[in-house]
Parts: sequence; C-alpha cells; structure tokens
Amino acid sequence: MAFISGVGNTRYGKIDGCTTMGLAAEAAHAALDDAGLRPKEIDGLLTGYATTMPHIMLATVIAERLGVRPAYAHALQAGGATGVAMAMLAKILVDSGRCRAVLIVAAENRASGQSRDQAIQTLAQAGHPDYEVPYGATIPAYYGLLAARYMHQFGVTDVDLAELAVVMRRHAGRHPDAHLRAPISRDDVMASKPIALPLRLLDCCPVSDGGIAAVITREPTAAAKVRIRGAGQAHFHQHISCARDWADMGAKASADRALADAGMALGDMRYLAVYDSFTITLAMLLEEIGFVRRAGAGEAAAAGRFDLTGDLPLNTHGGLLSFGHCGVGGGLAHLVETQRQLAGRAGERQVRNATTGFVHGDGGVMSSHVSMVLERV
Amino acid sequence: MTETISLSTDPIARRWWADVAGGRIGYERCADCGAAQFYPRGHCTACGSRRVETQYAAGTGTIFSITVVHRPPSPALQPFAPYAIALVDLDEGVRLMAHADPALAIGARVRAGFTSFGGRVVPRFAAE
Repeated sequence: MAFISGVGNTRYGKIDGCTTMGLAAEAAHAALDDAGLRPKEIDGLLTGYATTMPHIMLATVIAERLGVRPAYAHALQAGGATGVAMAMLAKILVDSGRCRAVLIVAAENRASGQSRDQAIQTLAQAGHPDYEVPYGATIPAYYGLLAARYMHQFGVTDVDLAELAVVMRRHAGRHPDAHLRAPISRDDVMASKPIALPLRLLDCCPVSDGGIAAVITREPTAAAKVRIRGAGQAHFHQHISCARDWADMGAKASADRALADAGMALGDMRYLAVYDSFTITLAMLLEEIGFVRRAGAGEAAAAGRFDLTGDLPLNTHGGLLSFGHCGVGGGLAHLVETQRQLAGRAGERQVRNATTGFVHGDGGVMSSHVSMVLERV
Repeated sequence: MTETISLSTDPIARRWWADVAGGRIGYERCADCGAAQFYPRGHCTACGSRRVETQYAAGTGTIFSITVVHRPPSPALQPFAPYAIALVDLDEGVRLMAHADPALAIGARVRAGFTSFGGRVVPRFAAE
C-alpha cells in the first residue's frame, strides 16, 4: 500500500529573488514536517525538471541540498503530467518494497527566473522544432488550435470556457497561497485581450514561481491516511499535428486504466483534480474522461456542480488557471490539494464527504496523460 | 536572410524546408504499404518499412483547425502579428501545420501559397 503521508508547498506567484533550489527545499521541508519524518528517513527522491535550471541530474542536486542519501533517485519528464507521474512511480517503488518513504518535489522560479519571452519560447518547444515551432507557434497557439476544433466539433462556446475560468478563480480566492485571487466574471474573461484566438488572456494559466512536495510511504506516518489506490497512463502523440482522433486524446484511456487499477468507477469519485492549463484543457479532459457530457463542462460550472457543495467538486485550490503554474509543481498541486481534501484538512475549502479523489495530469498538448485514484482509509 | 527561429540539424527537415523555398510541399509515401505520412521521418510509421519516397502535394486541402496568434513568442515576430496558424488536411491524406489567411473557417477548402515569415519562406493557405 502507498500512502500520501505528508504534503507541503510554498506560496505561488511572483516571488522576487526566489530560486528553484530554495523553493524546492522549502516545499520539501514542509512536506517532511507534515509527514512527521526527518530528512534522513527518506530513501527515495523523485523530481521533475525546471526550465530555468536545466540540469542533467536534478534529483541528486535536491538530495544533496536537503542532506539526504536516497537509495533511489532520479528526475522524470512528462510535461504537465510529471507531478502525477512522480506519484505513480513513488507508489510503484513503495509497493515493490524497494523504498519505504519517497519524497516527490517540484519547484521552479519560472516567473522571476527568466523573461516572459524566454518562458514562452522555452515552452513552445513542446511543439515540433522543424514542423511547428518555425511558424511562430506558442503553447497558447497549440491549445488555440485545440479550442477552435473542439468548439466547432461539439458546439462548445466562449461562454462555456469562461465559466471554467470563473470557478477556478473563485476557488483560488479561498487559498492563501494562490497566485491569482481577485474574483473575475464571465464578461471579464471574454473581454480579456486575445492571445491565440479563440483563447484570451483569462483562458490561460499564469506563469508562476512556486515549490510543492509530497511524501509517499509504505505505512501511514501521520494522522492523515490517504492511500493511492490506483494509477494509469496513456500517451498517444507528442505534437498536436500528429494527434489523430481529437475526441480520444488518451485522457479516457489513462483514466480507465487508473480506475481499473483501483477497482473503482467514475461515479465513485467524490473529489476531482483535473489539469487546467487553459480553459479548453479542462473542458476537453472532463468531457473525454466522462465526468460531464460533451460540451457540458461550461453548463456544469454555471450550475455550481464544481463548487465545494456541488456533486463534482473540482480543483478547489484554484487549479493552474488561478492557483498558478510553476511547471511541474503546477500539476503536482492538484494531487496535494486532493490529499488535503481527503484528509479533511482543506480548511474553508473543505468538501464534505471527500472520501475518494480522482487526479489527472496532462503533458504537452494533450500528449501525456497520467491519472490517479486516491482514497481516505 | 536571417531566420528568427532556427531549424534542427535533421537533414530530412532541412530538405523539406528547401523544397518549400522552391514552392513545393513534400510528404512521404511508403513504397511497401502505400501509407502517406507527415512529417517526413525516413521510415514508415504504419508498417515500419524503411522504404519511403518523397512525394509532392498538389497544394489543395481543407482547414482542420485554425488559431489567430496575437502574442508571438518573440519581439522579432511582433511585426507579423496577428497571424493565423492552421492545421490543414491535404487532399493526399496528410495533415500539416502552416500559416493561413486569418479569415478562414474550419472546413474551408484551401490552396497553398508561400509567404515570408521570420526570415523564412513558409507555406500559407488561402481560400481555393
């Protein structure tokens, strides 16, 4: 069995003078304290990547910084799905008996460690260097292509997408560590400046600084007993020009594998944490996985189904759209919030009866999918 | 001409862009199973054959999706903004990314032309 025994995070946003290693250490110490473990009790360490700190062995850099000597350590890369992928590997490591306590940590000074142009150009490299990037494509452009086609195919509207941004911002207003907390309206989203039409500024997540971590252990080490019950992945393409069936990007395949691994059904999930780099990302994932009908995410948001009191409470920390996106840590925040919800420690954001949780990460342009099912035991 | 965005060192890609500069859009067809593919790879992703041949598209196709970029990745590309990036389904059965007339809608029939963007000739599709 694998338990998420501790979690911790820094504030997300623009943090002047912060460094990737400083953020990583702060988040790691918070997660270890939460788990009731000393650094030396960690025997596995996984991390992702940081665009502001390219390094060939980032996990060992973090291990040394923390003063730990793990029996197993390396970095993973699956874009925005890296956070959930780290948790899945940590589960495999403790289930196999190879490790007792694995620290997963993600941090990056993505906002303050580089210029906005640098960030946009680095991220655009998720596209094909020879057949996409030369057209002046950006991550918002790739998702703009997704949005235009998906809206055309299923009848999703600008209003539907705006509703999702509004809910994420409302949730973030209840989290003291969120990057963007000021309420926004549907009209604000639709009047925001065009980035890659049909996507506008408030359809896009911000670029943030931040660090976040979790400790996955074989036995519970703290009062919180949240178990990873199952996990799954799917990888159908890397580049958006090579995605074949846009109604089947791999999200459902990944979710189905995680649910089968857990021996549970979609309808058993009491809390949802779904990747939301753009409003269209969230709509497509929720609809393909099957939590709502096609073109139904906007109406579900407007009807309050994603609120704390709704039947599908979703991304109560504010998601990437409003809690913030610092790279790997952006997607890991969904998992950390799920642990807090299932442990009953989400404070004013607490959802009643959050006994099970579904987490989904998406890397690239709907390219890498990793899903996870958590339960309170 | 100085190119704002550099290509990789892949010789297949360099040849493809040289063809574009000459007004031709290449794609690959497998000599064994007949499958058409884009982007060119030098091997067939349908059957694994290494015998693929470069063929040239007629230049006609249909807009699969289109976005209008208002925020380019670098200041050097700002003079071109807003510009439209489209995914075009060519009549030969392959899909490629290219520039397009921003007024085009999904499903529009289009024909390839060529334009200068960031110091490089790129395919740009307009209404047929």
